[in-house]
Amino acid sequence: MKVTEKDVAYVADLANLELSEDERSRMVRDLNSILGHVDSLNALDTKDVPPMAQVSDRYGMDESKKGSERFAYASRDDVKEGLRKSFPTEVALANAPEADGAFFKVPKVIER
Amino acid sequence: MDLTGLTIDSARAAVAERRTSALALAEAFYAKIGSDDPKIGAYLILSKERGLEKASEIDRLANKGDNLPPLAGVPVGIKDVLITKGVRTTAGSKILGNFVPPYDCTAVARLEAAGAVVLGKLNCDEFAMGSSNENSAFKPVHNPRDLSRVPGGSSGGSAAAVAADMAVATLGSDTGGSIRQPASFCGVVGLKPTYGRVSRYGLIAFASSLDHIGPLTKTVKDAAIMLRTIAGRDPMDSTSAELPVPDYVAELDKPVKGMKVGVAKEYFGEGLDAELRSSIEAAIQKLAKLGCEIVEVSLPHTKYAIPAYYLVATAEASSNLARFDGVRYGFRAKDVRSLSNMYRRTRDQGFGAEVKRRIMLGTYALSAGYYDAYYLKAQRVRTLLTRDFEEAFKKVDAIVAPTTPTAAFKLGEKVDDPLAMYLADIYTVTANLAGIPGISIPVGVTKAKLPIGMQIFGKHFAESTILRVANAYDKAA
Repeated sequence: MKVTEKDVAYVADLANLELSEDERSRMVRDLNSILGHVDSLNALDTKDVPPMAQVSDRYGMDESKKGSERFAYASRDDVKEGLRKSFPTEVALANAPEADGAFFKVPKVIER
Repeated sequence: MDLTGLTIDSARAAVAERRTSALALAEAFYAKIGSDDPKIGAYLILSKERGLEKASEIDRLANKGDNLPPLAGVPVGIKDVLITKGVRTTAGSKILGNFVPPYDCTAVARLEAAGAVVLGKLNCDEFAMGSSNENSAFKPVHNPRDLSRVPGGSSGGSAAAVAADMAVATLGSDTGGSIRQPASFCGVVGLKPTYGRVSRYGLIAFASSLDHIGPLTKTVKDAAIMLRTIAGRDPMDSTSAELPVPDYVAELDKPVKGMKVGVAKEYFGEGLDAELRSSIEAAIQKLAKLGCEIVEVSLPHTKYAIPAYYLVATAEASSNLARFDGVRYGFRAKDVRSLSNMYRRTRDQGFGAEVKRRIMLGTYALSAGYYDAYYLKAQRVRTLLTRDFEEAFKKVDAIVAPTTPTAAFKLGEKVDDPLAMYLADIYTVTANLAGIPGISIPVGVTKAKLPIGMQIFGKHFAESTILRVANAYDKAA
C-alpha cells in the first residue's frame, strides 16, 4: 500500500475536501489501485527527456517558420485596456450564493 | 420530409428553398426530443426561447430572399460544459446546478453567427470526467442503439442526440477521447481538432493543456462544415492558433490515391475485441483499394499513455477545479461554521465521487515529495509519446487505429472500478497528449448490432487530410 488513510486525510486537506469515513476508505483503495498502474512508468528511463507541459513545448513555436503551422501558437502582444470590458457589478454578482449589492458575502473569516 | 433525419446541407437547403421553415424545423426537433428523450436522457436543459427566436430570425431573412448564412436554421445541441449566455449551464455537476453564464462560449457564438439554432444543453459526465456518462449528477444517458448500454463519455449526450435524430449536429469536448469514444459507441462521426484549432474560451476547464472542442455529426462532410465554422484564432484564448482556417469542405473530395496511411501494431494488440479488429482491418483494406498505401508504423510508448494521461489530466483538474468554492457562483453548503468549513462542505456536497477522486489523485501527484515522481515523470513521458507520432508522421500522412478496445458496454458494468473505466480510453488519450487531430468514423457493427468506430490521426493542423481519408472511406462504404 502506497497511500494510507493518513495520506488521504492530508491530501483532502490540501484540496479543500473533507470526505466522509466511507469516502476516505474508498479513496485509499482507489488511489492505490490507480497508482499501482501508474508505477509502470518507472520502467522508462526519462532522465534525459525534457518535460512537456503544453503542446507548444514541442510544436508551433518555431520563429523561423512564421506564417506557417510551425509558428501557430505565437503569443500576442499585451492589450493594455483588456480585450473586453469588465462586467458591471450586478452581472458579476448575479450567480453569487450570497451578495449584498456590492460584494460577495462569505461566513465570518476571523473567529472571536 | 423526415425533418429530424436531415444533414446540415439538406436542412439548410430545405429552409433556403422554403420547403420548410426554420421554425417548423426547430419545432420538429423539440417534438422528437419530447417523445424520445425521456428514455435516452441526452438533454439536460432546453433553450427553447433562444432557439425559436434564432429560427424566426432565419425565417425573416429567408422570406426577404436574403442570402442565408452557411448553417441557416440548422438545429444543434451543445454539451453542457460550453457556457451559454442566459441559458443555465451545469457541466453535469450539482455544484453548478443553478449557474446562468453571463457570456457565450466562442464556439457556440460562432455557430449561432453562422445561423445555427441552439436547441439546448446536452448531458455529460460531471466536468467531462468519465467514459460512460454515468458520472452526470443529474441522470445517465442511454445509448440509442441499445438502451441497456452506455453511450460513452464524457460527451455521451452529444453523441446520443445525433444518433437519435435529436439534433442535426452537436458540439462536444475531448480531453482524453470524450468526443471520439462516444461517437464510436453511438455510431456517429466525432472530430477532435488540433490543440488550439478551436478556441477554448467559454469551455469549463477540466485539463487546459488537453481540452479540445469539436463536432459530432452524421456525416464526415457535416464535421467539416462544423469545424470550418468554429475554428480560427480568438483573442480571448491565448492558446488558439494564429493560422488561417482552410476550407475543409472544398478539400474533402481531393483524391486519396497515393496517400500513405500508417497502421501502428501497438493499437492492435491484446485487449482489442476480435469483432472490432476484423471490422477495422476490413476498413483498412478498403482504404488500400481506394489507392492508399498502407504502411506499418510503430508508436512504441503507447502502453504508457494511460498512466501518463491520468497524472497530467488530474493534476490540471485539481488546479482548475479549485475555483469552485461556493463564493462567486454555484452551490453553497448550508449550516457552515466558518469560511474554510464552508469551502469544504460546499465541495464535499457539490462534487460527485469521480470528480473528488480525480481532484485527490491530481493533488497527490502535485504534492511535495511526489511532484517529481508523478507529475514531472508524466510530462516527460508525454514528450516520448509525442515523439512517437513525430517519427511516424515522417513516413505517413495519416494513421488509422481502433477508437475503442470494445463496443459499448452495459450501464453499471464498470462504475465500481475506476481503473477499468480509465482503460476504456487507451486508444484516444495519445492524441490529446500530443495535440494532434483525430476523427472517429463508423465502420461497421458487431453481431449484437453495436457500432464500431475507426480512428484516423493526422499531423498537427492536418484536419483536411484526415477528413479527406474519412470522406473517401465513407463514400466508398
